[in-house]
Amino acid sequence: MPLLQPLGRLILSFFEIVGRLSIFASTAISHCFRPPFYPKLILKQMIEVGYYSLPVVGLTAIFTGMVLALQSYTGFARFSAESAIPNVVIVSITRELGPVLAGLMVAGRVGAAMAAEIGTMRVTEQIDALYTLATNPFKYLIAPRVIAGVLTLPILVLVADTIGVFGGYLVSVHKLGFNPATYLKNTIDFMEYLDVVSGLVKAAAFGFIITLMGCYHGFHSKGGAQGVGSATTNAVVSASILILTFNYIITELFFSR
Amino acid sequence: MTDQHDVTNKAVRIRIRGLSKAFGKKIVLDNLDLDIHEGESLVVIGGSGTGKSVLLKCVLGLLKPDSGSIQIDGQEIVGLNGSVMESVRRKFGMLFQYAALFDSLTIWENVAFGLIQAHGMPREDAHKIAIEKLSEVGLGERFATKNPAELSSGMKKRVGLARAIATSPETLFFDEPTTGLDPVMGDVIDRLIVQSVKELDATALTITHDMDSAKRISDRIAMLYQGKIAWIGPTENLETTDNPYIHQFINGLLEGPIKVSVTNTDRAAE
Ligand SMILES: Nc1ncnc2c1ncn2[C@@H]1O[C@H](COP(=O)(O)OP(=O)(O)OP(=O)(O)O)[C@@H](O)[C@H]1O
Ligand SMILES: [Mg+2]
Repeated sequence: MPLLQPLGRLILSFFEIVGRLSIFASTAISHCFRPPFYPKLILKQMIEVGYYSLPVVGLTAIFTGMVLALQSYTGFARFSAESAIPNVVIVSITRELGPVLAGLMVAGRVGAAMAAEIGTMRVTEQIDALYTLATNPFKYLIAPRVIAGVLTLPILVLVADTIGVFGGYLVSVHKLGFNPATYLKNTIDFMEYLDVVSGLVKAAAFGFIITLMGCYHGFHSKGGAQGVGSATTNAVVSASILILTFNYIITELFFSR
Repeated sequence: MTDQHDVTNKAVRIRIRGLSKAFGKKIVLDNLDLDIHEGESLVVIGGSGTGKSVLLKCVLGLLKPDSGSIQIDGQEIVGLNGSVMESVRRKFGMLFQYAALFDSLTIWENVAFGLIQAHGMPREDAHKIAIEKLSEVGLGERFATKNPAELSSGMKKRVGLARAIATSPETLFFDEPTTGLDPVMGDVIDRLIVQSVKELDATALTITHDMDSAKRISDRIAMLYQGKIAWIGPTENLETTDNPYIHQFINGLLEGPIKVSVTNTDRAAE
């Protein structure tokens, strides 16, 4: 009996969190589609999420593409299958590595910043002040961030895909002795519409997850600086886990026969 | 504002009945009743941690009471939310204890926030009014484009006050408007509150520790103790009442019915 008790409590609190999160998510979504809209705030968040993440995402993508080409070469050379490298690079980058790595990097950068900003607004009563000024924080704070996340991450991933493939090209051409023209031709031949689209769908989902987690944990933070700190940590950790989970689910939806 | 006009025969703007609120085991408000009449300025006094801010947040709909009823102009607001509550709040102005300025916006944008967001005023017009309100609280135009982080806490308080009165609301709430201000500025703020209440013909609910300020701005004073109103009456009766709570509080005595909450368990923990 005493063994079952903590287990039961754990399951109950799990469902409580899922419930609270679903209510929060549906409220946030419903406010994304109802006026008033704040185009200026959305634009500001898009710059915050997209433009300022470019260096970090770009660096991640180029090194990933480079290492991918290098590792595939050491493996494939044993079977004289080096010509498959452009294929491996484009498929892995567009399907998996582009969206997942960009998602994780943005979760660390943007999710944390959102949780910290909204959390600070919560503990300094700025969110209460918004309410008293007859402004709904879901409209003013959360909807612009979620919209910006969903719109910006696909663009960011498209850039990451391009840079990643370019990284693979650099290593293949300058280090492994591939012919530039053949490499590019193979890359384009192997590029599948569905691979790119699935990657972009993933990116949009990750954008939603990252901004939602940042807003949720910030919005519910309490207890001063320490509370804001743990909200930030929770936002990044939960966003990262959800990204990996939904990455599997979306892959399953697209590619399982 | 202790002129002899009797407020209690005016209509009730805020009617609180049986209001209770607890955090965990700690009971903060306990079956509290309070009426605030149209056009009156009521000050709530009480020791630190007695639940004055909690009372205010319940009336503003920021905290959900455990039980009880709060009516604003006859409309029940407990349990209201969304756009209905927003339209109630459009008639409110609130100064928070720690000002709660938006630190992503400049000073004038803070003051103009309610005008632009809730009342849909064009930015240029709102800017003009914001500058006006800022000068009323003694802050010149050069502060308008600064960020809240660049101001002292007393200045933030004044910006918070300007933001509260900017929309000319019918009902004003002030949480410790003069705490942290020097006596001269405290006096200025007091006058401003009295003037705003008169000019806007507003109803004001103020919370304060500062007894001089309380006497200056109030028509009536209520004392909160252990979750209930321990005394309420016209300001001029404050000195003459034989209520032991009031006597102890305004004279700052240690002896009396108010238990100073340094309990034995607290001591043992030290
Ligand atoms: N969000 C909250 N969660 C838990 N307890 C709270 C919360 N808000 C207030 N309390 C508790 O309620 C009590 C009353 O708090 P409140 O802020 O209303 O005091 P106050 O009368 O405004 O005091 P002060 O004059 O110091 O501002 C305190 O004991 C506080 O610990
Ligand atoms: Mg307080």
